[in-house]
Amino acid sequence: MMFRFSLTALAASVATTLVLASPAQAVTEIQWWHAMTGGNNDVVVKLANDFNASQSDYKVVPTYKGSYPDTMNAGIAAFRAGNAPAIMQVFEVGTATMMAATGAVKPVYKLMQETGEKFDPNAYLPAITGYYSTSKGEMLSFPFNSSSMVMWINLDALKKADIAEIPKTWPEVFDDARKLKAAGYATCGFSTAWVTWANLEQLSAWHNVPLASKANGLDGFDTKLEFNGPLQIKHLEKLIELQKDKTYDYSGRTNTGEGRFTSGECPIFLTSSGFFGNVKNQAKFNWTNAPMPYYPDVKDAPQNSIIGGASLWVMGGKTPEEYKGVAKFLAFLSDTDRQVAIHKASGYLPITKAAYEKAKAEGFYKDQPYLETPIKELTNKPPTENSRGLRLGNMVQLRDVWAEEIEQALAGKKTAKEALDAAVTRGNTMLRQFEKTAVR
Amino acid sequence: MQKNAVFQSKFLPYLLVLPQLAVVLVFFYWPAVQAVIQSFLLQDAFGLSTVFVWFENYKELLADPDYFAAILRTFAFSFAIALASLSLALLLAAMADRPLRGSMFYRTLLIWPYAVAPPVVGVLWVFMLNPSLGVIAHGLRNLGVDWNPLLDGNQAATLIILAAAWKQISYNFLFFLAGLQAIPSSVIEAAAIDGARPMRRFWTIVFPLLSPTIFFLIVVNIVYAFFETFGIIDTITRGGPAKATETLVYKVYSDGLLGGNLGSSAAQSVILMGIVIALTAFQFRFVERKVNY
Repeated sequence: MMFRFSLTALAASVATTLVLASPAQAVTEIQWWHAMTGGNNDVVVKLANDFNASQSDYKVVPTYKGSYPDTMNAGIAAFRAGNAPAIMQVFEVGTATMMAATGAVKPVYKLMQETGEKFDPNAYLPAITGYYSTSKGEMLSFPFNSSSMVMWINLDALKKADIAEIPKTWPEVFDDARKLKAAGYATCGFSTAWVTWANLEQLSAWHNVPLASKANGLDGFDTKLEFNGPLQIKHLEKLIELQKDKTYDYSGRTNTGEGRFTSGECPIFLTSSGFFGNVKNQAKFNWTNAPMPYYPDVKDAPQNSIIGGASLWVMGGKTPEEYKGVAKFLAFLSDTDRQVAIHKASGYLPITKAAYEKAKAEGFYKDQPYLETPIKELTNKPPTENSRGLRLGNMVQLRDVWAEEIEQALAGKKTAKEALDAAVTRGNTMLRQFEKTAVR
Repeated sequence: MQKNAVFQSKFLPYLLVLPQLAVVLVFFYWPAVQAVIQSFLLQDAFGLSTVFVWFENYKELLADPDYFAAILRTFAFSFAIALASLSLALLLAAMADRPLRGSMFYRTLLIWPYAVAPPVVGVLWVFMLNPSLGVIAHGLRNLGVDWNPLLDGNQAATLIILAAAWKQISYNFLFFLAGLQAIPSSVIEAAAIDGARPMRRFWTIVFPLLSPTIFFLIVVNIVYAFFETFGIIDTITRGGPAKATETLVYKVYSDGLLGGNLGSSAAQSVILMGIVIALTAFQFRFVERKVNY
C-alpha cells in the first residue's frame, strides 16, 4: 500500500515530464516549477507571458507543482529521474539542501558569468540576497518572492480595549493582550503563525543572538544549534504562562491559523508580510501591521529580521542554450519597473535597491505603509552573524522537531528549558545526519 | 464436474497470467526490492552521494525510542479505529436489516462516506473540529470544553480516530449487512417463537453467525488503519502535536520526503512490510479457517 503513494507520484511525474519534455522546435523551452497559488500564480503566469512576448528564442513554461515542500520533492524526484526543470522555486528553508547538492544545481552567479548576461550583484538588497549567497557573497539562487515576519494589528480591537498605541515591545504586547482579553477577545489575545519561525528564528535574529553556531549555518554544515539561551527560554516561559488563560493561544506550526486574525478572533498576530493579500481581501475591520516586538532589556535590540519566501534555483545538467534563456529570464526579472510591478501586485518585497527607491519615490508607501514594514525590518541594521540568514539542513523536519518540543511546553508537559534543550539535542542529531550525507 | 481447467499448450497458462505477473512485478516487487536496497544505503536527497552502510539505518531505528513509540501508537490507533468503526457499523447494519420504509435510501446514504477520499475526510473533519473554524469546536467551547487539538495530543488522536472510523463505517456496514442477510430467517424466527427477545436473539444467534465476517473485517480494518489513515493525518494534524498522531506510515513519509532521510525511511518501509506480511499470514492461517460455519 505504501508503494502505491510513491508510484502514483512517480507515474504522475513521469507523465508530466513526458508531456513537458516534448521537443522544442525553434524556441528553447524553459521549464519553471513553482508553488504559487491564487493571485501570486497570476503574477507568475503573467511574468512568463511577458517574457515570452518580449523575445522569440525562448519560451518559459511555468508549472504549478503544489505546496513548497511538494514542489521541492517533485524537483528532487525529477532530478533523480533525469528530468529536472530548468528553474525551480524553492522555499527559504530548503536552501541548505539545495546548496549541498553541488552538481544538481547551477549557482546563479556562475550562470550569469558563463552566459555573459548583465548582472550586478550589488544591485540587489543585501538583506535579501545574503540569505541565498555564500559567505563570499556569491549568489547561489535568485530571490523571487521574499517576505519577512511582521505583527498584524486589528485597530478596531485596540480601540475597543482602549489601547492608544500599537505595542512596540514584547512586554507591551503581553499587557495589551491582557487588556484585549478583558475587552472580549477571550480565546486569543495574541498569537503567531509559524511557531518556530516567529518564536525561535526571527526572535533570535531580531535580538542578535545565535540560533546556531557558524553564523546560523551559513559558514558550514558543521553548525550546532544554540537557541536554548536565556532569551529564548524567557520568551517561551512567558508564552507558557500566557497560554494558560489564552492571553496567548497557540496557532499551529504553519500558517493555517492565520484565519484567526482575519476572522477577528486574534487581534494581534505575528506572521509573514505575505499575509497582506488575504488581510486586504478578508478582514472586515481596520488593520495595519507593525515591526515585530522586541525585549527592551536586550542591548541594541532590535537588530534586523530575516527573510522568508522563496528563491529560484537553476538546476544542473541543462544545455548551454537553455542556460542562456534562463539567464535572460533572470535579467528580465531584475528590471526595475518589473520589480516594482511584482511588489505592488503581490505584496512581496522588491529585491533590487532601485525598485525599492522607485516605489518609495512614487509615494507608494504613503498610502500603504504596511508594505514597507518588512523592508524596514530587514534593513533596520546591517546584518550580523546572527541575522544574515539561516542555513540548516533538513530544515523542514527540524522545524517539526522544534515545534513538537514547543507544543509539549505549551501543553504544560515540559518546562521551557527542558523543551528547548531537547529541541537543540534532537535537532543536532539531525544536523549531524545531514552532514554525513551532504558533505562528501 | 472437473474442477481443473485443461490446457493444451504448456505455455498458454503462463502466457495468460503474464500480464498480471508483470503488473505485480513492476508495481509491487520492484519497488519492494528498491526499498530493501535503499534501506542499506546512506544517500542525500538528490542521490548524488551514496554509501553502503549495511544495517546502520536499522540499528539507528531500533535504538530510537521514538520509533517504538510510533509502533505502539499505530497499534493503539488501529485497535481504536477498528473497534469504533466495527461496533458502529454493526449497530447500523442491525438497524438497517429489517423492513423499513425507504431503507434503500438510508443504505445508500450510509455507503456514501466510503467513496470519499481520505484527505477529503480530513478536510471535512477539520472544518467541523478545527479550534478556530470548526462548527462543533465552537459548540464544544461554548459548553466549556477546552477543545484544542493543536496542543492536546489526546484530543488530536481522538479527532483522527473519529475521522478514520467514520470513513470506514460504510465499508463495514456493507459487509455486515450482507452477512446479516445471509443468516437464514428461519433460525431467527424459530428463536422468536421460543420466546427469545431481540437482544438475546442478536447475541446468541446473529452475532456468532456473523463471526467470520467480523474476523475478516477486523483484519481489513487494521490494515486500513495502518495505511489509509495517512491522508487523514496529513490533512488534520500532520503527525502533531508533539508526535501524538504520528503513525508508522506517516513517519515513513515525514522522514523520507520531508526529512530527506531516504535510508531510514526505506528501512521503516521494510519493517512495515514485515508487519503487513505477518498480518496477512495471520488472516490466511487463522481467519480463513474460521470462515467455515
